[in-house]
Amino acid sequence: MTEGFTVFAGAALFVLMLPALYRVAVGPTSFDRLVAVNVIGTKTAVLLVVIGTLFGRLDMFVDFALAYALLNFVASLAVARYLNRTRSTPERKPAKRRTPRKKKAKAS
Amino acid sequence: MTGLALFNLFILVFMVVAAVISLRLKDLLTASVVFGIYSFLMCLLWAEMGAVDVAFTEAAVGAGVSAVFLVATVFNVKRKSSD
Amino acid sequence: MSMDVADSFVGGFSFDFGFLAEASAKTTHAGLSALDVCGMVMVSVGLVFFLGAAVGLYRFPDFYTRMHAAGKGDTLSSLLILLGFGLITLDDFSMVGWLLVVKLLAIVLFIMLTSPTSTHALMRAGYEDGVEPVTKGSSSKNTKKEVES
Repeated sequence: MTEGFTVFAGAALFVLMLPALYRVAVGPTSFDRLVAVNVIGTKTAVLLVVIGTLFGRLDMFVDFALAYALLNFVASLAVARYLNRTRSTPERKPAKRRTPRKKKAKAS
Repeated sequence: MTGLALFNLFILVFMVVAAVISLRLKDLLTASVVFGIYSFLMCLLWAEMGAVDVAFTEAAVGAGVSAVFLVATVFNVKRKSSD
Repeated sequence: MSMDVADSFVGGFSFDFGFLAEASAKTTHAGLSALDVCGMVMVSVGLVFFLGAAVGLYRFPDFYTRMHAAGKGDTLSSLLILLGFGLITLDDFSMVGWLLVVKLLAIVLFIMLTSPTSTHALMRAGYEDGVEPVTKGSSSKNTKKEVES
């Protein structure tokens, strides 16, 4: 009985990850995609525990899920930290305008 | 269709979707972040097939190191992809 | 030699959970002990919360609201689901089972600590990058037009 329930919980987790994937595919700004990656990361750790219970050897998978949560945290922090750095480095020249700026019509 | 085969199907579908998204993205930084998802799911696939140590290495390399390296290189080259 | 020291210590630790095991054994009729039932209830409640987070992630109009939904929703659901599975696997009350639950609690504590931090880091990066929130009047250009129609 619990084994069937575990499969149901795992399948429900996968189905509920679809909106996160949708947000990764469509998210207008790159930050929405980062949020979705963060959600998927934590959910993967939970899914590892689900797979562990399915396999019946949860004691092996628990350490693994813990390390996984750590890695996900490090990865999303590094990206968030790097995203910050692009704006703060002053030496990035603004991109050269390809089309020359139209002269504004002088107010008569 | 045992439980694990169902998980297998889900993970493989998600991996294909993540790979396609990662290829189509214009902004290289988010492409490398979505690549992180791909290696997350790859590691989940290894774990689901029972090879735990391989999954562990993939997680450590994929999510931990290579995603961060990709992000670091994106900041030394132009961020918008030219194609 | 050190192994039996640990054993003696555990042995010395005279409080064993035998009586709990018998209690839970009595209540298992279709292989469902009381612990499994409340573990399942916890996991399903966690799934409901994650449903809320997923819907929030999908429907909210702008970055900050999605971040809010994602950050709050998935932390709580991870907590509930992990604790639910801890209860489900604790059915034989052996020492290994308790060690497992302690490790699961470590994961829960870790997620409780790191998820807000990473959400905050992302929020700050987004804010400094100039992502402006959707106010009542304005239709923020970085969300799709279908929000208005």
